[in-house]
Amino acid sequence: MLIPCPFCGPRDMSEFRCGGQSAIVRPVPAQQVSDEAWSNYMFMRPNPRGVLAERWVHQGGCGTWFNILRNTVSHEIMAVYAIDAAPPELKP
Amino acid sequence: MQRYSGWRVLREGLAGNRNWQPAWRSPSPKPRYDVVIIGGGGHGLATAYYLAKNHNITNVAVLERGWIGGGNTGRNTTVIRSNYFYPESIALFQHSIDLYENLSKELNYNIMFSQRGLVSTGHTRHDMELMARWAGVMQAHGVDADLIDVAEVKRRLPRLVTEHVHLPVLGGFAQKRAGTARHDAVAWGYARGADALGVDIIQNCEVQAFVKNSAGRVTSVKTNLGEIGTDTIVLSVAGNSSVLAKAAGFDLPVTSMTLQAFVSEPLKPVLDTIFLSLATGLYVSQSDKGGLVFGGGLDIYNSYGQRGGFPVAQQVIGALTEHFPSFGRVRLLRQWGGTVDIVHDSSPILGHTPVPGLLINCGWGTGGFKAIPAGGWLMAYHVATGQPHQIAAPFGLSRFETGRFIDEAAGAGIAH
Amino acid sequence: MNVNRTDKCGMIDRNRRLWFRFNGRDYMGYAGDTLASALLANGVRLAGRSFKLHRPRGLMTAGVEEVNVLVSVGTGGATTTNLRATEVDLVEGLDARTVNVWPSLRFDIGAINDLLARFFKAGFYYKTFMWPDWHLYEPLIRHAAGLGRPAIEPDPARYEHQTHHCDVLVIGAGQAGVEAASQAAQSGARVILVEQEPSIQPLPQARVLFMSRTTAIAYYDHNLVLLTERPADGLARERFHQVRADRIILATGTFERPLLFPGNDRPGIMLASAAKTYAERFGALAGRQIVLATNNTSSDEVAFLMAQIGAQIVATIDWRCGERILKTMGRHGVKAVLYRDARGKSQKIACDAVLMSGGWNPNVQLFSQAGGKLTYDPLIASFRPAADLPSVSCVGAANGDFAPDYGITADWTLPEDGGKIFVDFQNDATVADIRQAADENFRSVEHLKRYTTLGMAVDQGKTANVNALAIMGSLTGQSPGEVGTTRFRPPYTPTSLGAFGGLYTGLLFKPYKQTPLHVANMEAGAVFEDFGGWLRPAVYLRGGESHHNAMRREALAVRNTIGLFDGSPLGKIAVVGPDAALFLDHIYANPMSNLATGKARYGLMLNELGVVIDDGVTVRVADDHFLVGTTSSGADRIALMMEEWLQCEWTTWRVLISPVTTLWGNVTLSGPKARDVLVSLGSDIDLDQEAFPHMSWRQGKIAGMDARVARVSFTGELTFEISVASDQTEMLWDLSSAAAKPFSGAPIGINAWNLLRLEKSFLHIGADTDGTTLPADIGWTKVANRDVDFVGRRSLLWTCNQSPDRLQLVGLAAHDPLKVPPIGMAVKSMDPHRRTDGFVTSSEMSPSLNRPVTLAMVRAGRARIGETITLMNGQTCQIVSGAAYDPEGARLYV
Repeated sequence: MLIPCPFCGPRDMSEFRCGGQSAIVRPVPAQQVSDEAWSNYMFMRPNPRGVLAERWVHQGGCGTWFNILRNTVSHEIMAVYAIDAAPPELKP
Repeated sequence: MQRYSGWRVLREGLAGNRNWQPAWRSPSPKPRYDVVIIGGGGHGLATAYYLAKNHNITNVAVLERGWIGGGNTGRNTTVIRSNYFYPESIALFQHSIDLYENLSKELNYNIMFSQRGLVSTGHTRHDMELMARWAGVMQAHGVDADLIDVAEVKRRLPRLVTEHVHLPVLGGFAQKRAGTARHDAVAWGYARGADALGVDIIQNCEVQAFVKNSAGRVTSVKTNLGEIGTDTIVLSVAGNSSVLAKAAGFDLPVTSMTLQAFVSEPLKPVLDTIFLSLATGLYVSQSDKGGLVFGGGLDIYNSYGQRGGFPVAQQVIGALTEHFPSFGRVRLLRQWGGTVDIVHDSSPILGHTPVPGLLINCGWGTGGFKAIPAGGWLMAYHVATGQPHQIAAPFGLSRFETGRFIDEAAGAGIAH
Repeated sequence: MNVNRTDKCGMIDRNRRLWFRFNGRDYMGYAGDTLASALLANGVRLAGRSFKLHRPRGLMTAGVEEVNVLVSVGTGGATTTNLRATEVDLVEGLDARTVNVWPSLRFDIGAINDLLARFFKAGFYYKTFMWPDWHLYEPLIRHAAGLGRPAIEPDPARYEHQTHHCDVLVIGAGQAGVEAASQAAQSGARVILVEQEPSIQPLPQARVLFMSRTTAIAYYDHNLVLLTERPADGLARERFHQVRADRIILATGTFERPLLFPGNDRPGIMLASAAKTYAERFGALAGRQIVLATNNTSSDEVAFLMAQIGAQIVATIDWRCGERILKTMGRHGVKAVLYRDARGKSQKIACDAVLMSGGWNPNVQLFSQAGGKLTYDPLIASFRPAADLPSVSCVGAANGDFAPDYGITADWTLPEDGGKIFVDFQNDATVADIRQAADENFRSVEHLKRYTTLGMAVDQGKTANVNALAIMGSLTGQSPGEVGTTRFRPPYTPTSLGAFGGLYTGLLFKPYKQTPLHVANMEAGAVFEDFGGWLRPAVYLRGGESHHNAMRREALAVRNTIGLFDGSPLGKIAVVGPDAALFLDHIYANPMSNLATGKARYGLMLNELGVVIDDGVTVRVADDHFLVGTTSSGADRIALMMEEWLQCEWTTWRVLISPVTTLWGNVTLSGPKARDVLVSLGSDIDLDQEAFPHMSWRQGKIAGMDARVARVSFTGELTFEISVASDQTEMLWDLSSAAAKPFSGAPIGINAWNLLRLEKSFLHIGADTDGTTLPADIGWTKVANRDVDFVGRRSLLWTCNQSPDRLQLVGLAAHDPLKVPPIGMAVKSMDPHRRTDGFVTSSEMSPSLNRPVTLAMVRAGRARIGETITLMNGQTCQIVSGAAYDPEGARLYV
């Protein structure tokens, strides 16, 4: 794959590491988090066959974490956006 | 069922090979079954077979979206072994290897289980300490496990470079009962066996939706071939587990990733045992046809694409020629990928789901093939008795809430 | 002179004769020949054997799809096997041997399989060899299977890698490819044009990089294409190119497919297009008395050409008129064919070659690899791309654009009674096998392929696939399109494994990191080992001593006087900013914000599962500046982990992370004389115990160098860890060594270092812990109660993680003081289910105590202090707590 680093531009995937699904909310404080909620945060994933919002880091480059929207079947990358931004709307 | 034997091959051959019967039927689905198994891979077909064989439950359908054995069953590198560290895993994989050993005769179908043994090599002192740790525990559990010295590694793997600048071999771990089998034959053998006992194997049948009653219990599935009623569904769809779970209304702790596999052109025998390196993660064996069948790391990102990226391919092939420099001019014939269910502790998920009537068998990661007989046997037991077998009990979905993991890689650096 | 050579055409250099050997016999060819063309010109028809039945075979094709004639060439490590004769360039002295024949090509014992072929039909091995046991048969089958034998010696070849970027990559420099390349170049694009066939040399063009002798083998996501070049420059055996292109144009042409008739595999029966290639390129004749069998118009020009160059077309058997070949004769080469003519009359005709054209398949392999969909087109009786992909398209014949005057009549309804009709020539899969597979319900195209091995030969179905699935269609009442195709997988043609590794072999396979003291260590007698990617001294050998004795000597030096340790690889991460303290409070399981400036504190890091992943000493340099110490193997990993938390979770915190490990070199002085040595080096730091106590940190001058000094200890002795700039480290080492000399100080390696910490029961992450170890397991029972949501905290609250029954790190005192409990040895359990109660994690004979010192993970270990346990080797030990050496720690506060 060719991963579009928002800082360095498109680079070969070998320079990157995938951090998996993005925007998973970390529940706190610990005492108030149920086992179920913690399990949901830690492990439960929609794992869609289709568009996934995921985060990557340009580990062999600038070190920036960023989000992309990527199709998990075709591997087409539809959007790149900042790590703390909301995913853009995709045109159908 | 038409019984297979050398005599039968001779007789049919003399008669022009015109009387071979279908290995399994292709029936139209009935409106209702006692049990519907979704997924015609090894695990699903084995579940159907053992339901009929062990529990006399024969009103069973196996629904397969494409062709049976077409997922990871027909894409893996066919290694069967039981070198595990935790008692829970040992019980599971020993059960599987026990069933595998008698499977050809039981199914009257030669799955070519070749117990040629496995050698793992240690390349650092940490590797050696880990292997000593494995061997102690395995031997205590009666699993065959031997620590071998460099000379013995060399004897079993004459082409392996042991004095490598980066990958020096300090010693090895061997398991005699480990081996390989013909992957397609495992699916076909179970299919033929299950079909003979009355199971309907329905190919090109895609499940589109689950129908539930007011209590939330499944009552039927909607498919491209119509609605099929049932009280009990077993989901056995490695690679697509999350997709069907979603359709049934819940999430799984599963990520789908690609595992690549490789085969070289056929060669005369050059490798008589299975090789697994702790340093590079490479595993390789030679198929009976002569190809070097090998693999290594996962492509670490979500994918249902059944194809991997070049960086991992390059790393795996590079590791092969680094361990075995005499294979440099051997040529790669084919490279492919399978979608595997990756879960946090790399152990399977067997048993109940949040949806009543729906059981699941998934999460085998990169090692599902070796567990096919046990996976099927245990799921059949669960369906028939309503309870997980004691071997399967520790592998329930609930461990992701309790934190009671069985993590071989974390505990002992053992790959699945 | 060659018997089947014509001088009417051919691009060989007739002035350069080359002698070569084939299966032990000498032949002559010309520069420009391939092995295949030279054999053909010499009238060698029997040149190979099939895989299963060992049927006599000759050349069927002239290209990469050849499956009949496979050879080994070369000797020693340069032996290459399974080469198609069509891809072996003829060179002087070439020695080629046919693979998979014994004792010789002509008298091949394996040919007995052909007599028994009726018992070796599709899938026969699934039905037999089960009694008494598969293992009885397997060795025989394995030895019969396989093709060539690879070299035993390492491959000496050099493989190079290159990467390229271009706007348009055109694969195939035939007419369509050259046109596409020109067009793209004229519109301003940078173009790479690739051609595997050496004789095809398009005219040079601006903006077009032409790569000859180069094959595109694989397509990966987002237009990454792999090419392998067989360089004419001889600088490498193969050159491996990775090309990233905006657009890919496949002008890969077509493959002719065999015609299906009984006995269609005899030597001398070849594709009509191959005969044309052999004639035009090499002046080699397929035969003199030729039968042409065809179902389309494309063979007309072949017939014309053959007649032009002195071969005679003795018969044209035209499928379109209902003519069929019924039988062929000739064991080691076709001698005659029996055919039915258009009026239904059977005729026999003598010949020495049969040229067949069963139609053409667009070469869509890369298109399929790229995910392109194929559709069956009745006009060409084959599959063509259904539609272009967004950036990958096929042009010319590869797109199926040869229909207009093609006039094919394909017939896939075939009788079985006339003899074997081969579909996959190498794997000996016949029409009867397909019929049997259909009978047995192996009807899906993938089942057909796997059950009969059709399309799994070394050409990966280039010659067989379309015929096979069309036959299955005719047997099951489906069109070929309904049967469907299988997806093509890389590589397009078999590719040397060595090419993938390229030059990243040997030392470059996984380069080691070296410390700034590497040379000094070497001079001091270091024996290096790989520790987490660093080459570090395990021991420093003196005289002829053993590794073990060196370790003892070094350890005693630290206990008695002083040792010098190269601590450079220890991880150092600067964490700076107003929120640095807050950040570290969340990264560590223990608090760091209350650490005073100039003080040091040991800390434990967890992952989100609560598992201990690293430890080390952190110092507070200033209020907003910490220096985090990690294990040497953790340095990179921990810095990455910190970045991830900062960038992805605590995005508003003002913290900067800077891994500085390699900016600093480190010399650690440890032992009762450490202060004396340091004083003698000269320093502006007050080194007094009160002024600079244990667990504190100072900056200042040491021997005139800017230094950072930490008073921490992994050995249990008075220790100063001195860090200076990397390029000054060697000077510091030399000065320290000289200063330590009067005290009989010695450099100490990892082995002694490890032994010393073990005597003190200090934890070694990765040895005493694994991927399941929680803080409580190593005695940190209180961190779960900290009121900060540090990484991993919530997972510690899982009920099972608070169980007292977990494995816990304890000391073991072996009852036999002479026998060291082996590392990894399991602890016996009374529990019949568990059977083991843990294992030894660290263990060594202590030279100071003259007894073994051992750490182990033991189930509920802390509650069992004082208990005697038995190891699996029968050895008994007492569970103990605390340090074996200097349990009060008095030696630290001096």
